[in-house]
Amino acid sequence: MSIVESDLRPVLITGDKTMHQITEDICRPIEGKANKYWWMAFIVASAALTWWVICLSYTIGVGLGTWGENKTVGWAWDITNFVWWVGIGHAGTLISAILLLFRQKWRLSINRSAEAMTIFAVICAASFIVSHMGRPWVAYWSFPFANQFGSLWVNFNSPLIWDVFAISTYFTVSLVFWYSGLLPDFAVVRDRAKTKSMKFWYTLLSFGWSGTAKNWQRFEEMSLVLAGLSAPLVLSVHSVVSMDFATSIVPGWHTTIFPPYFVAGAIFSGFAMVQTLLIITRKVLGMEDYITLYHIDMMNRIIVLTGSIVGIAYMSEFFIAWYSGVEYESYAFINRATGPYWWAYWSMMTCNVISPQLFWSQKLRRNVTFTFFMSIIVNIGMWFERFVIIVTSLHRDYVPSSWVMYHPTWVEMGLFIGSLGLFFVPFLLFTRFFPVIAMSELKTIFHSSTSQVKRQQKEDKKGELING
Amino acid sequence: MEKKYWKGVEELNNSPEFLKHRNNEFTEHLPIEESLGIKASSITESTRRDFLKFLGFGVAAASLAACETPIRKTLPYVIKPEDVIPGVPNFYASTFSDGHDYASILVKTREGRPIKIEPNDLSPISGKGVSARVQASVLGLYDNARTKKFLINGMPASKDTLDKEVKSKLADIAGRGGNIRILSSTILSPSTKKVIADFTAKYPTTKHITYDAISNYGMLKANELSFGKAALPSYHFENADVIVSIGCDFLTNWISPIEHAGQYGQTRKVNKDKKTMSRHIQIESNLSLTGSNADDRIRIRPSEQGATVITLYNKIAAKAGQTALSGGNSAMDAIAGKIADELWNAKGKALVVSGSNNINEQVLINGINMMLGSYDSTIDLDRHSNMKQGNDAAFVELVNEMNAGSVAALLVYNSNPAYTAPNAKAFADGLKKVELSLSFADRTDETAALCKYLAPDNHYLESWNDYEPINGSYSLCQPTIQKLYDTRQAQESLLTWADIPVASFHDYIAEHWKGMTPAEMSFDSFWTKSLQEGTLVTNAPAKRTLSFAGNVNDAASSLSNQKSSGEVDIVIYEKTGIGNGSQANNPWLQELPDPVSKVCWDNYFCVSPKLAKEKSLEQGNMIDVKVGDTTISGPVYLQPGMAEKTIAIAMGYGRTNAGDAANNVGKNAYPFISVVSGSMQYWASGALNKSTADDYKIYTTQTHQTMMGREIVKETTLAEWQKNPKAGNPDVLIETPEGKQRPKDVDLWATEAQPGFERPNHAWGMAIDLNSCIGCGACVVACNAENNVAVVGKDEIGRSREMHWIRIDRYYSSDVTKENAEEKHLGQLSMYGEMEKPTVENPKVFFQPIMCQHCNHAPCETVCPVVATTHSSDGLNMMAYNRCVGTRYCANNCPYKVRRFNWFNYSESAKFPYTLYSESERMVLNPDVTIRSRGVMEKCSMCIQRIQSGKLTAKKESRRPKDGEIKTACAQTCPTNAIVFGDYKDSSSQMLSMFKEERSYWLLEELDVQPSVFYQTKVWNHKAEESKKEEVKA
Repeated sequence: MSIVESDLRPVLITGDKTMHQITEDICRPIEGKANKYWWMAFIVASAALTWWVICLSYTIGVGLGTWGENKTVGWAWDITNFVWWVGIGHAGTLISAILLLFRQKWRLSINRSAEAMTIFAVICAASFIVSHMGRPWVAYWSFPFANQFGSLWVNFNSPLIWDVFAISTYFTVSLVFWYSGLLPDFAVVRDRAKTKSMKFWYTLLSFGWSGTAKNWQRFEEMSLVLAGLSAPLVLSVHSVVSMDFATSIVPGWHTTIFPPYFVAGAIFSGFAMVQTLLIITRKVLGMEDYITLYHIDMMNRIIVLTGSIVGIAYMSEFFIAWYSGVEYESYAFINRATGPYWWAYWSMMTCNVISPQLFWSQKLRRNVTFTFFMSIIVNIGMWFERFVIIVTSLHRDYVPSSWVMYHPTWVEMGLFIGSLGLFFVPFLLFTRFFPVIAMSELKTIFHSSTSQVKRQQKEDKKGELING
Repeated sequence: MEKKYWKGVEELNNSPEFLKHRNNEFTEHLPIEESLGIKASSITESTRRDFLKFLGFGVAAASLAACETPIRKTLPYVIKPEDVIPGVPNFYASTFSDGHDYASILVKTREGRPIKIEPNDLSPISGKGVSARVQASVLGLYDNARTKKFLINGMPASKDTLDKEVKSKLADIAGRGGNIRILSSTILSPSTKKVIADFTAKYPTTKHITYDAISNYGMLKANELSFGKAALPSYHFENADVIVSIGCDFLTNWISPIEHAGQYGQTRKVNKDKKTMSRHIQIESNLSLTGSNADDRIRIRPSEQGATVITLYNKIAAKAGQTALSGGNSAMDAIAGKIADELWNAKGKALVVSGSNNINEQVLINGINMMLGSYDSTIDLDRHSNMKQGNDAAFVELVNEMNAGSVAALLVYNSNPAYTAPNAKAFADGLKKVELSLSFADRTDETAALCKYLAPDNHYLESWNDYEPINGSYSLCQPTIQKLYDTRQAQESLLTWADIPVASFHDYIAEHWKGMTPAEMSFDSFWTKSLQEGTLVTNAPAKRTLSFAGNVNDAASSLSNQKSSGEVDIVIYEKTGIGNGSQANNPWLQELPDPVSKVCWDNYFCVSPKLAKEKSLEQGNMIDVKVGDTTISGPVYLQPGMAEKTIAIAMGYGRTNAGDAANNVGKNAYPFISVVSGSMQYWASGALNKSTADDYKIYTTQTHQTMMGREIVKETTLAEWQKNPKAGNPDVLIETPEGKQRPKDVDLWATEAQPGFERPNHAWGMAIDLNSCIGCGACVVACNAENNVAVVGKDEIGRSREMHWIRIDRYYSSDVTKENAEEKHLGQLSMYGEMEKPTVENPKVFFQPIMCQHCNHAPCETVCPVVATTHSSDGLNMMAYNRCVGTRYCANNCPYKVRRFNWFNYSESAKFPYTLYSESERMVLNPDVTIRSRGVMEKCSMCIQRIQSGKLTAKKESRRPKDGEIKTACAQTCPTNAIVFGDYKDSSSQMLSMFKEERSYWLLEELDVQPSVFYQTKVWNHKAEESKKEEVKA
């Protein structure tokens, strides 16, 4: 029995896998022992996480004076990192929600890890929201909760409050989406478990999944509903993040183009991060048959598309700054490109706009090493984009007497490096304990997109032609 | 037998039944078990689980309780002092005088602690305001570096022991005819002078020598030579139409700066009733605060100053029909001619002043003023000034005597020659030969450290005193706090040693003032009135006709010899904050940015960018400057506006024995001073070499120098303004589909007419007249004192984290402007690049005080996530510190950048050992203003505590606050009255009438944030032809 699919649709699972082999391949990292690459990565990530704890404790213990911010530049690495991490998270939602709604089957090999990435990236982002506050111990005041402080309420006019809602909604929906997707796979691991403890834990995790038709029907329905819910979030979350800037009066921030531009940038950086993670994961965990060059190619196409959108946004900003005739705005952009932080601007331009154009070449799109290299470049570029927007806009705004330079301290840098630990430690644990590919869902394309099915189809077609 | 009482008949019967139940509280059966339906024992018994629950609850409750903010207990008065009402300040009229500055003041005390200095507006001298240094002086009271005990050889000693030793030595020395010398800075106090006279009577070999670190002996001597009166005149800048100042920083540093600034401010104000203003020409070597305010500024090297004065004299003499003098500065010929024309045209309303301490130059200046008829109009020698009495010659002689070993006793009062003297080493060496050396210093300063005895003087806020700063103008100083330490007023020490039995110096002064009692008053009421008012002016002295007897020819010929003997000239100048260095340990003054350079916590060599280029020097490079045998190495600060081949360095820094805040801050420049033709010369010639030392960081609060072609400080010329009152200040218009409109007319926001934005009672606001603001920074220090603003130290200044709620922005003009960029064939990119560079040679300087503008459409308010900053119904932008979570979004979104964030816990971190942290300095804090904790935002509150108290006072009297009744700290202290606070709802307010003037504008009006604070255009009084020239250019 095979589901007839166009020849043009590429093979999504190579290596003539059987259903059983797929299960075996995906469960192997969970059931086996970790290899030395995993341990090396885990030790490095844990060290970074420890460093993050130290830097964070120092910041909270002594004060934000340990950072390099000042009277004029009130946000710098903190919010840069925040936006960067939120942006990275976006690919997960896009893959699981939008691509689901568009019935893009190739997403099935990558959505699980992309969603995991989203969750951990949002945690990293949230850590910067809290740590950038002068008094993080009262961070909860930014939630509208019943209180006895003289019935103080939050300021619904403030984009930061919108942010609180956007990020918390985003995190909740992503988490639920991710976890519900994991249920059938947990059940697989549970059923295969050989040790008592594995049995116990995966029983707990799988929420009593029994694989009945009713289970599957509800599962599908819920996936659709959650996809419907999170699809607008792909657009809204980063739009709201961009409003942290766009609704202000700071020249260089006060721009109507920000919401779409930020969303494109977020997807851009998110896919780059997915590439970084998956190229390593497929190598280390031996998942080359599931995450194929086709997958990598598809993601690179999205990168070149979003990268170009971002590039057009950069140019539009410049055009509008000139066209508006507003003194402060035009200067802000001239200063971006030619002022004391020109190197940040041109790093951004090179990394985000110029270099991704190389992906017009299919050869390069399908080159794993090159893609890996580019994914790092894009994320560096996107970090600089936020730095450029935040720091170069703030450091020279309206009144020249207050123009200053900003220099980061080791604490800020430490928090950024440490946040990579905060991201990679859970991600590495995820690769060890959770099925990194949504195997149950992947099997839904077994009859249409595996290499053997496609071969068979071709042969059948040939036969038909000869017979006909 | 003891009586026995029974509780009841049961007890009397004492039945066995009763005995059984006697110890039970409830003798009857209570139906607990029945009513609850459980066994009673199960209620009282607790199971293991319950125990754990209770334990858990207990621990949780105890730890929650421990989370409470610590409570600091205070004790109320057991017996309340009569004059002290907790929470209500008392004001005492008093006087600040440290031999360098003078001000008649009101001291604000709270619960017995002096916390703030305010101007005494009854004073004819300093009634308009007080300077930064006087404002800051209150902190000196609580300075922990003060000596707390009498010292003999550096060891604490009892007062009696010291008195005994000193007295016996004095008697011994006087007995054998040994010389006793009292060395002091200028003494304004008649009673103190009498004390010295009494002391001299007891020990006849005593001589009093007056020595000022920054001396005006040249003028004293010149006046003696010219008019036979060795006194300084008092000046009346308010009467001058044309002011020519030659190297004279009269606005903040010369003779009586507060008085001058007030007078000058008066002449600079223009409004619809006063269409003219003074014209101010400054001829100077380094860019001083006064020079920054001048309409025209001419740069000369200090070595050329004498010759320039001769040229100017000759030009005026030609008009006055007097003979010309030989010599002169030919390069200045044309300019001097123009200046002379202007002066001559303003004859009788002109004033020429020189800051030089050169006797000959001052003789010529006297001659010029005589020809211009300035005496009795802009200069008053009858009501002469006593502000400076230092005698350079006498001091030089004293040092010689000391080194010759002929001085047996030296009592140093309010003077620190081991630090300030031109040849401090000679003084120190000489001091070793003095048998009895004693200092009255308030700390073991450089001189006191070399003296055997230290009899610490009281702080002026703990002292009685009287002053006569200007002939016939008196003021009193009274203690506002009990002595903090074991000190004694110097006058009392002297009286004790002279065996004059007086209970206190108060009685002595009162005795002296008895003679001044007017006939119609009893002494008691006269004394009480004088104390309450703090100031007293007696009848004008008889007018004397002045005849000029100065020998101008001799003066000119010796001035002609004045030449630069080195590669560069070095100006040794005085800074507005630190002054002569006696208050160097005052963190408020150290952190007050220099008005011109904006540098804090340092001095440096001001080097013009041009000279720096020639010598391939960059900012922060160390250079060695050699004058004679003295070499001082210091960092380079690139300062536009310097004369050719001239560098400058400030005095007052490089202290070694002043206290933690001052020690080793900057370099001591006093050794560059030398005594030339009988008086100290505050410039020198020398050589400049790049040093091999590592670069040094100079930290400023302002790292960008120009306005970048933006309309930040709007300017116009007097001629333009007279023609068109809106000159320089056209309406800000923005493009809309309906044509150009003012931003406020195309507003999306609710406006005053709409609900929620009405101002039912008051709408507070502030006017800032940029034309009379001289940039002196008094407001900055006043604000620090009033609002408990943290001092953050040099490192944090370097990180651009100063906490000042009010700042004075200083801009230089740039060569390239938007208007001339095209002419210069500059594209937009290179135009902006060029506009960043200030004019090197002679920039125009702009000052602009900026505090929170209290926007009615405040960008900060909308972005705060937790509503920590809100608007009051009287138009104030308020901060609720306790609600702030510290996102800093408000600061980012403030277009004026006036919000200040608490990066550290300044009040509890030993890294900031200043006013908020130091146990003793904390006493200066204003109890009405909260100390902000770490992580919260703060900013100018428009002195809301003052507004509130003013409103309450008015309310108690069932009236509205009167205009001028409430003043913010900055407005109150401003010597030129450039800042005016008021109520938009009060039709009589001065602020409102200023608002209606055409010169008024909102800073960044195009943003339509609708500030409550507004500015008034700066008007330059350029000469008519020059402004015409500019017009053509434009």
